[in-house]
Amino acid sequence: MDAMNILSTKGLTKAYGGIKANTDIDFVLPRGKTMALIGPNGAGKSTFVGMLCGRIPATSGDVFFEGQNINALAAHQRISLGIAYTFQITSVFAGLSLHENVALAARRRLGTDTAAVNAKVADVLARVGLTERTDQIAGDLSYGHQRLLEIAMGLAQDPRLFILDEPTQGLADSEVADFIALINALAGETTILLIEHNMHVVMQTAAYITVLNGGEILAAGTPDEIHANEAVQAAYLGTTTNA
Amino acid sequence: MTDTQRSQGLHLGVIALLAAAFFILPTYHVGNLSRIMVLAIYAIGYNFLFGYTGLLSLGHALFFAAGMYGLGLSMELFDLSAAPALIVGLASALVVSAVIGFLALRTSGVSFMIVTLMFAQAGYLTILYFGSYTRGDEGFVIPQADRAMFGFDLSNDTTRYFAALLLFSICFLAVARLVQSPFGRTLIAIRENEERARMLGYNTVSHKLKAVIISGTISGLAGAAYALLFGYAGATFATVQYSIFPLLWVLLGGAGTTIGPLIGVIFMFYLIDLSSSITSAYMLIAGVVLVLLTLFAPQGLAGELRKRVFKWMP
Repeated sequence: MDAMNILSTKGLTKAYGGIKANTDIDFVLPRGKTMALIGPNGAGKSTFVGMLCGRIPATSGDVFFEGQNINALAAHQRISLGIAYTFQITSVFAGLSLHENVALAARRRLGTDTAAVNAKVADVLARVGLTERTDQIAGDLSYGHQRLLEIAMGLAQDPRLFILDEPTQGLADSEVADFIALINALAGETTILLIEHNMHVVMQTAAYITVLNGGEILAAGTPDEIHANEAVQAAYLGTTTNA
Repeated sequence: MTDTQRSQGLHLGVIALLAAAFFILPTYHVGNLSRIMVLAIYAIGYNFLFGYTGLLSLGHALFFAAGMYGLGLSMELFDLSAAPALIVGLASALVVSAVIGFLALRTSGVSFMIVTLMFAQAGYLTILYFGSYTRGDEGFVIPQADRAMFGFDLSNDTTRYFAALLLFSICFLAVARLVQSPFGRTLIAIRENEERARMLGYNTVSHKLKAVIISGTISGLAGAAYALLFGYAGATFATVQYSIFPLLWVLLGGAGTTIGPLIGVIFMFYLIDLSSSITSAYMLIAGVVLVLLTLFAPQGLAGELRKRVFKWMP
């Protein structure tokens, strides 16, 4: 595989019984860039990233990460390669403190080096603006703060590829603005794959956009190209008001 | 004082209190406490899996019995002395828990409960089946002369008490340390949200298997110590009742707390002891108290204390 792309798929397909959620997806993700994955509800976005990180077994097709075929790797092994994943439905350790939530994410890589783990935790919590809540129990946080905590747990892994499944869902406008700033600050540092419904966020952050529709790739390109694409306008942008 | 120092103080304080109890309490209660400490080892083992890893097993009697019969049979049939027999007991529990863990962890939740229950029943029936060696329900007595280790007579009340205290202290402190380690914290993460732990890159299956093995081996140590200190091994200890006991102790004492298991065993032991001195329908009193505790202290005694007063408690 070429050095330009950190991840690619060939003919990736997921069928639930007779229904194909993803059909023959050939996808490339350029290294160090932010790519947004958009598409109407039910387009197969979450299924697609689920197959990338191994949560959902693919029916057929291949996933390559850093040129290596990772089909045979279990989810935790793919994560260990440097793929971080945040859940669409907030999934934090509700009974544990914020510190421990992030420490768990950092510890897998940093191991028993407590000082390094603590420094990492302080660093990423500061980045998402949750420093003063370090000792609170995650389950007591507001929904928006839990989403930020999820992002912090992703960052704590220093991922090579960071997959975010609808990260701004349920965030207040001010929090969305902070999120855009955060993603743009990460650009160049790591590769980001963003599933996002909020077109404002997509246009502000993504260098590339891939549009899924009906389980297939409808279009891929820069934001301007996607904006001008008639098929996309017909299938997706035309049906939203905030485009 | 940091939380770590506080928990260390608490743990050493509990051990000191148990040591002092020997000199303060009347003989009757000292005898009880020896038994309680050995059973508390069993509860500590159970709590490691249930309280910290979130896996509810209904088959721990099998691990307890593996330790008990590993020690008992190797002394009875092969005339091993106490020390190597204890190692055989530990090894049996380790092997049995590794095999059962490997098989049972293919399931989760209610299925895990049922599968572990079934394996334990199969173990119990196996003990009965080989009744010519195990003497089944009747069990066998380990002769007083054989119950000695490193020159100490373990059938003597004093040495028995301190042997039980020593074993209890080792397990108590080791597990307290383990649950604070990165490994233990990962187990807690699995208990809280296994899918999230997996998607942080942790191999949750291998973590859970290790937890079953550690828990099963500690339970086996309790079984072996019980046989050695009290001189008897019998199939009763492999019945489903002995799988339910540790669950009750841990629930009452406080699942996921380090001192919960000990508190639970003491509470249950004296609940039955006191209520049976009042009426022959003592299980009725015990039952009502259990229902009340579950209603008003769902996190167990130590769990409620931690929630309301001592938030630092490990």
